[in-house]
Amino acid sequence: MKITVEEDKCCGAGQCVLIAPEVFDQRDDDGIVILLDATPAEDQYEQVLEAAAVCPAACIHLDDKA
Amino acid sequence: MTSVQSVLVVGASAAGLTTAEALRRKGFTGSLSLLGSESELPYDRPPLSKQVLSGAWEPERAQLRSAEALAALDAEFVLGDPAVGLDADNRKITTASGRTLTADAVVIATGATARTLPEQRGVRGTHVLRKLEDAAALRAGLLSARRVVVVGDGVLGAETAATARQMGLDVTLVGPQEAPMTGQLGALVAGHLADLHRRNGVKLRGGVLPDALHTEDGAVSGLRLSDGTELEADVVVTAVGCTPATDWLESSGLNLDNGVVCDAYCRAAPGIWAVGDVARWHHQGLGRLVRLENRTNAAEQGLAVAADILGDGKPYVPVPYFWTDQFDVKLQVYGIASAVARAEVVEGDPVEGRFVVSMTGPQGPECVLGWNMPKQARLQRAAVVDHYTRPRQPVTP
Ligand SMILES: Cc1cc2nc3c(=O)[nH]c(=O)nc-3n(C[C@H](O)[C@H](O)[C@H](O)COP(=O)(O)OP(=O)(O)OC[C@H]3O[C@@H](n4cnc5c(N)ncnc54)[C@H](O)[C@@H]3O)c2cc1C
Ligand code: SF4
Repeated sequence: MKITVEEDKCCGAGQCVLIAPEVFDQRDDDGIVILLDATPAEDQYEQVLEAAAVCPAACIHLDDKA
Repeated sequence: MTSVQSVLVVGASAAGLTTAEALRRKGFTGSLSLLGSESELPYDRPPLSKQVLSGAWEPERAQLRSAEALAALDAEFVLGDPAVGLDADNRKITTASGRTLTADAVVIATGATARTLPEQRGVRGTHVLRKLEDAAALRAGLLSARRVVVVGDGVLGAETAATARQMGLDVTLVGPQEAPMTGQLGALVAGHLADLHRRNGVKLRGGVLPDALHTEDGAVSGLRLSDGTELEADVVVTAVGCTPATDWLESSGLNLDNGVVCDAYCRAAPGIWAVGDVARWHHQGLGRLVRLENRTNAAEQGLAVAADILGDGKPYVPVPYFWTDQFDVKLQVYGIASAVARAEVVEGDPVEGRFVVSMTGPQGPECVLGWNMPKQARLQRAAVVDHYTRPRQPVTP
């Protein structure tokens, strides 16, 4: 799995960090998403999928084939 | 419960689409249909009052998923055809064009529609903001206007006023509260919001209601307020709340009361669920019926409903959350502040334009608000989780 985030769409909601704290963080100054791990281990997939699903800006994209 | 072979989602927007995606992700291989009254592919509403209205984004950018992602869902999309009736016992939906659709599980995700003032019907230059076409019409109106009056001092009104002001217009924000969004933010933060608007040149008219709409040749020309003030306007935007879209369920026999009334699992009747802005469910943590109109609820409730449809449900007990962007400020709000809650700045400093406020009610911390401190507000959220997830003790007489 390969994750990409569209930073300029992110609204800093931090829902992704609540769900998958090992994969996502937020910048201290403006809360925009930081991708900690673009190719997470398989045990993270479930959380990452859920984070992408609830991201209110629909800005987390997953490529399953990569 | 026998296993579900087919799911029909009515309403193809944030809540409906998330439910459908979650079903597939959790391994549902049966037939999946989404019925929507709008003909556009599913799009997102928060950008409508922000980037789409300001012109920073082309409307297509508000689309929720790419065409490929939608195709991968392996679902049938029936768009541009509103549901007009539900036979709840047989889970049978009738549409405006005369289709009938049935499924083992029906998900009601029809959202809400913008409320209007009776006098604005048919008057050119008056607008609401709920749909993509509303945003396009309002943007076009604003581009040729000078003076705008926004009626309604909730989140949508305040946001629309900020965007219009940033487009260079003369903007007046009218509403019944002392400061915009006092109901959602409490007096302390709403006071800062009022200052932010004034500093940026929005004229605030608090503590008043619109009294009469003036027109000239069928177009709006101004507004009289309840205190007698007359305002001139080329455009009037009403942001006076919305109504759950349940008119099509009138004769379904479902319990409708400010939304589709549901149990703790968001079930409205056997085989029927409701999700998103339209759903009023029993929030077990709060011990009462709750209907939320925010973007994260649409998604989180979609996940909860998908799990329950597949027999793996839990009571839905979210910490409510919304954000709003106005001028250079990003506000994050976790929880619901009651009118009696005490506010306290717990991080940062209002003077520096970055702070976190905690609101404490009779039962402890209930709401955390971040002002240009999204990450810090999220970290403080932990303090209110208990208030929403701890089941209430039954009241002993
Ligand atoms: C302009 C605007 C800005 C917003 N900004 C924010 C924000 O900054 N932060 C935040 O948290 N929230 C925000 N919100 C709220 C958020 O967008 C909503 O909570 C969310 O869209 C709810 O999703 P939903 O799918 O439940 O309902 P909706 O988005 O209302 O979708 C319901 C869908 O059902 C369709 N439908 C209705 N009736 C029928 C029928 N009879 N048959 C078939 N289909 C039907 C509708 O056409 C619509 O497509 C904003 C809302 C608006 C309007
Ligand atoms: S959930 Fe989405 S919008 Fe929120 S911080 Fe993460 S990526 Fe950004």
